Amino acid sequence: MSGPTTIMARQVLQATRESKFARRKRVNAIALTLSLAAMTFGVFWLIWILLETVRLGIGGLSLSLFTQMTPPPQSEDGGLANAIFGSVTMVTLATLIGTPIGILAGIYLAEYGQKTWLGSVTRFINDILLAAPSIVVGLFIYAAVVARMKTFSGWAGVLALALIVIPVVIRTTENMLSLIPNALREAAYALGTPKWKVIMTVTLKSARAGVLTGILLALARIAGETAPLLFTALSNQFWTSDLNSPMASLPVTIFKFAMSPYENWQKLAWAGVFLITIGVLVLNILARTFLRNKH
Amino acid sequence: MAATLPATPYNEPAKMEGTQSQGRPPAPRRAAPWADTLFSVLAHGAAWLTLALLAGIIVSLIIGAAPAIREYGLSFLWTSDWDPVQNKYGGLVMIYGTLITSLIALLIAVPVSFGIALFLTELSPRWLKRPLGTAIELLAAIPSIVYGMWGLLVFSPLLSAYVQLPLQALFGGVPYLGALFSGPPVGIGLLSAGIILAIMIIPFIASVMRDVFEVTPPLLKESAYGLGSTTWEVMWKVVLPYTKTGVVGGVMLGLGRALGETMAVTFVIGNQNQLNSASLFEAANSITSALANEFAEAGEGLHQASLIYLGLVLFFITFVVLACSKVLLAQLKKSEGSKA
Repeated sequence: MSGPTTIMARQVLQATRESKFARRKRVNAIALTLSLAAMTFGVFWLIWILLETVRLGIGGLSLSLFTQMTPPPQSEDGGLANAIFGSVTMVTLATLIGTPIGILAGIYLAEYGQKTWLGSVTRFINDILLAAPSIVVGLFIYAAVVARMKTFSGWAGVLALALIVIPVVIRTTENMLSLIPNALREAAYALGTPKWKVIMTVTLKSARAGVLTGILLALARIAGETAPLLFTALSNQFWTSDLNSPMASLPVTIFKFAMSPYENWQKLAWAGVFLITIGVLVLNILARTFLRNKH
Repeated sequence: MAATLPATPYNEPAKMEGTQSQGRPPAPRRAAPWADTLFSVLAHGAAWLTLALLAGIIVSLIIGAAPAIREYGLSFLWTSDWDPVQNKYGGLVMIYGTLITSLIALLIAVPVSFGIALFLTELSPRWLKRPLGTAIELLAAIPSIVYGMWGLLVFSPLLSAYVQLPLQALFGGVPYLGALFSGPPVGIGLLSAGIILAIMIIPFIASVMRDVFEVTPPLLKESAYGLGSTTWEVMWKVVLPYTKTGVVGGVMLGLGRALGETMAVTFVIGNQNQLNSASLFEAANSITSALANEFAEAGEGLHQASLIYLGLVLFFITFVVLACSKVLLAQLKKSEGSKA
């Protein structure tokens, strides 16, 4: 080929290359901008929801919120005392029931049955339970407890919440126990320690920060759960500490009040939402900092 | 890490010495020989209890739904009458509502989650990674009732004023498209439920995506960068194909969440048993919202059984979706092991 044509061919080639390169750079810039936009999108909702909750909820905060019962529609005062009490009672009892079972099953998965069929089946089932719709848990407790006892009751609510605690605690306990180095266990066994003592005083003890984190996360999860309480604990307009009768809870009360057209109910609902959001976020952040400090 | 500690070698020798000790030193005495057995029994029991819970849920749902299953069989799934007064029930409206809202949620959440995961793994400065990751995870921590109330009282009015009305004005006369946006301007319905579900499942999908992107071997990425690829090309042509099973698993996990979400949907979907229009702004119903609204008041008999039947259908769908997600994520883990 003669000189000038080669030069021209080279120039054409160069031009195509440059335009292709520019195109790739453009696509890259657009994609990365979109990614930044997606990130902003995600954070935007968090901030918006939190701001609205604070803005609308803080007006309803007062002492009477904690001292007075849920009011009838369109009355001036009233609070959420019975709902707060019911929630605290049921959440506490559910944690007390669910945690030991969850920890024991987690110990089984990490210390006894890592490779057995029961271990893998339990792990699989637990993941299903962890993400199962919570309203189905409510249906189960309704069929198993409420239908049999012929009455909605606080205990039924406690059991429904405990069922949600168990898989969360199992998952974190197993994860945290499996982080403990085997050398630690071997050292204890070499001293002649029986297995249960190794677990209680060596592995579980070293993993206790993580296990506690799991419990806190479970608490945060059930504090805001509404669906499983709707037809187990139902609700109650009055103060009750009798777990054999229907019991009010904060989330169910919020649900009832928020869907109503009455202004005083809606205001109380916003105050309740504010309380729950703050409580759940504090528990979450507590769990996170706890875990970070220990590991 | 050596994954497992075989249980037996450490326990058995002591036991064996105890049983067949002839001419050997006596077995070491223990403070509480039964404690080991008791502890092991308790741990095994707790594991069995977990299995029993799942079995209990399935069995009790089937028993509860039995009258409706006998009455309607599978035709329940494609019949749309839901009339407690005449005692006739069909689940199509609710099943349709559940599937459509979850579909809308996925359409929004998957690309956004991908963007967020891309940002967190490739773009974000190191000091911002942690706070931003935490912020996204906190979205998952907010209770669904908060989403619901915020959605009903804050978000829906805005959606109707700034999205629905303009869309109606724009497409009002267009034959098929117009029908999509018709309906009273209150902002309640399938679309707002779908959007709120999307916000709720973004953290689940995004954190799985981020985790699987982070385990992509740096060697692969560096090779691609070394050949002159742009960040986008590395993500789209190297990282995404490498992690696709994990990504699909994460999407399934989010879908499972969206299908079973109750309170947020109940607040904003409108709770109307109708299937007359294709509009995204028309009040509708989903399985979970029907359960939340009607179950406590439903009398025993066919009404209650039909609602439990709906719950069974929901549990079946989520079970399948979650099982798929688990299997896919486990596959990724396995292939990771072999390639490493």
